[in-house]
Amino acid sequence: MTTGRRAARSALWGAAALVLLVVLWEVVKVVVPDTGWHVGEASVLPRTDDVAMPHVWEIVTRIGEPETSATGAPTVLVAMLQACWFTLRVAAAGWVLGVVGGVAVAVVMQRSRIAESALLPWVVLSQTVPLVALAPLVVGWGGRIQLGALEWQKWMSVALIASYLAFFPVAVGMLRGLQSPTTAQVELFRAQAASWSRTLVSLRLPASVPYLLPALRLAAATAVVGAIVAEVSTGTKGGIGRLVIAYAQAASGDPAKPWAAILAAAVLGLVAAGLVTLLGLGLGRYRHAEVS
Amino acid sequence: MTPTRRSAWTATAVGVATALVLSACSSGSGDPEPEASGDSDGLTPVTLQLQWFTQAQFAGYIAAVEQGFYEDEGLDVEIIEGGVDIVPQSVLADGSVDYAIAWVPKALASREQGAGITDVAQIFQRSGTLQVAFADSGISSAADLRGKKVGNWGFGNEFELFAGMTEAGLDPATDVTLVQQQFDMNALLSGEIDAAQAMTYNEYAQVLEAVNPETGELYQPEDFTVVDWNDEGTAMLQDAIWANSERLASDEEYQETTVKFLKASLEGWIWVRDNPEEARDLVVAAGSQLGASHQLWQVNEVNKLVWPSPGGIGIIDESAWERTVDIALNTKNDQGATVITAEPSADAYTNEYVDKALEELRAEGVDVDGADFQAAEVTLEPGGN
Repeated sequence: MTTGRRAARSALWGAAALVLLVVLWEVVKVVVPDTGWHVGEASVLPRTDDVAMPHVWEIVTRIGEPETSATGAPTVLVAMLQACWFTLRVAAAGWVLGVVGGVAVAVVMQRSRIAESALLPWVVLSQTVPLVALAPLVVGWGGRIQLGALEWQKWMSVALIASYLAFFPVAVGMLRGLQSPTTAQVELFRAQAASWSRTLVSLRLPASVPYLLPALRLAAATAVVGAIVAEVSTGTKGGIGRLVIAYAQAASGDPAKPWAAILAAAVLGLVAAGLVTLLGLGLGRYRHAEVS
Repeated sequence: MTPTRRSAWTATAVGVATALVLSACSSGSGDPEPEASGDSDGLTPVTLQLQWFTQAQFAGYIAAVEQGFYEDEGLDVEIIEGGVDIVPQSVLADGSVDYAIAWVPKALASREQGAGITDVAQIFQRSGTLQVAFADSGISSAADLRGKKVGNWGFGNEFELFAGMTEAGLDPATDVTLVQQQFDMNALLSGEIDAAQAMTYNEYAQVLEAVNPETGELYQPEDFTVVDWNDEGTAMLQDAIWANSERLASDEEYQETTVKFLKASLEGWIWVRDNPEEARDLVVAAGSQLGASHQLWQVNEVNKLVWPSPGGIGIIDESAWERTVDIALNTKNDQGATVITAEPSADAYTNEYVDKALEELRAEGVDVDGADFQAAEVTLEPGGN
């Protein structure tokens, strides 16, 4: 199958999934009663009235309308695009930082078995620290950092938190990739007296590509999620996370508005992962056995 | 073979470069504050931590910046927005900011955990917390909550409600069904809870911005009854300006700055009282994404919490303080916890600085009491837009 046909087919499936979601949303609205489904006192499915779940077309219409009645207010779409652009850039900064850190940690762990035993538990442990506990700390530290002319900005705290989430899949995926060459391959390099760095560049790095690419995509998605949560948590102005909270205040009177922002946040994660997929296009040569 | 490999690495390099450029862009434009923080013009830099995002609840401080009141006092004030996990009194106690806005009970709890902070001005003289119910529910006082589903936010926002129910002879643990409430009012509107917690300046407006399915129009105030904790006698003090106790005790410059900061902040609130619509415009310009009519409502309601101020704006009224401490000490929530376990130390509040600030304002002939303050009538738009 040619790449073009494959791309067309996956685009088709993507569109079909989207239509399915829209249909599912509307079907739930029709089938489930307005008060939701309850088993005894416990709520199994949430309310489906127009305040809790506005119709898809209402959400779409709302996106095209002005944000507020104030003169010169942008449409919800424009406001969301600006906010997404802000968050995307912060997440990209976090992603780059997380990828560099993750790859570095993976290389160190591959180099030395002691380092692997010492570091890997901490890498896993790092992800069990709840973000809500971490965010105020990072902001607190950041407030006291001043590197020469560079003054610490709030968005840097957000990027740092995003990188903290993004680094994990990269570190783990990269380590698996670096360790993926077979014993025979490694011994061939050793028999030829290849140095560690030679083996790394010529054998281990190319071999890690199929493991690294899915990790990078995952990292992109988590970087976006991390950036959004960190924005909300630290009160950083300008991003989509902040917009979700601000719009949520209109949940009772203008229910389509918060859904529009949630939609934008979800799309942003997809866009980020998609952008990273582009990175892999040039590496087709190494992607003979991609795992995901 | 070589060309393929080279093009492969080139493509990757381009991709990485794009990512780097993206992140570089963000470093160029991440600064949300347009004001220069320069002390080149001899201004003293001061930071103020808010409890939440920019909204009309903080209109007085925003107005003091925009109208140049702080600058007139020789201060360059930077307002720092709050977030979901930002605790202003902790940020103040650890020295990251110079002043913070916080509710008195929450700040007292932080003090007990070691935060060295002092209430130097009580901006809101009244509590803005309500319990809102539909008019046909028969709930118009705390006693009427018996047997009802009562929503509350928890996280320390529930003590006025619990004190009110206890005062009315109810046992909050058995006589009502407590429901953890979300930050929108959908549960009340859909009938899942009978009485929902609401701030006058925010959530109460949200129900009045929603469409009544029976009429097709917005809900009207007549459709609801409210239990106001100020009337029930269990109101606790809310927004106050807090300063760092240690610096207040030892740093003379900080003491002087405090008087200047308070004077300009009070001027800001006085300006908001006299110019509610312009105040709304300033808040919108400062980056609030709430609707315009919702913001005007909020300015008006916040004005009602501040004005009239019989002893002068910012004065900490001893009886209101005592009542707040009493409820904080003695009212148990559904987990059996109280806000604080011991009387706060003497430096928990002081009127020393606000007295000086008020004296200067009175000498300038400014009306600091607002005795003849009249609240406006605000028409809400659907969704607050």
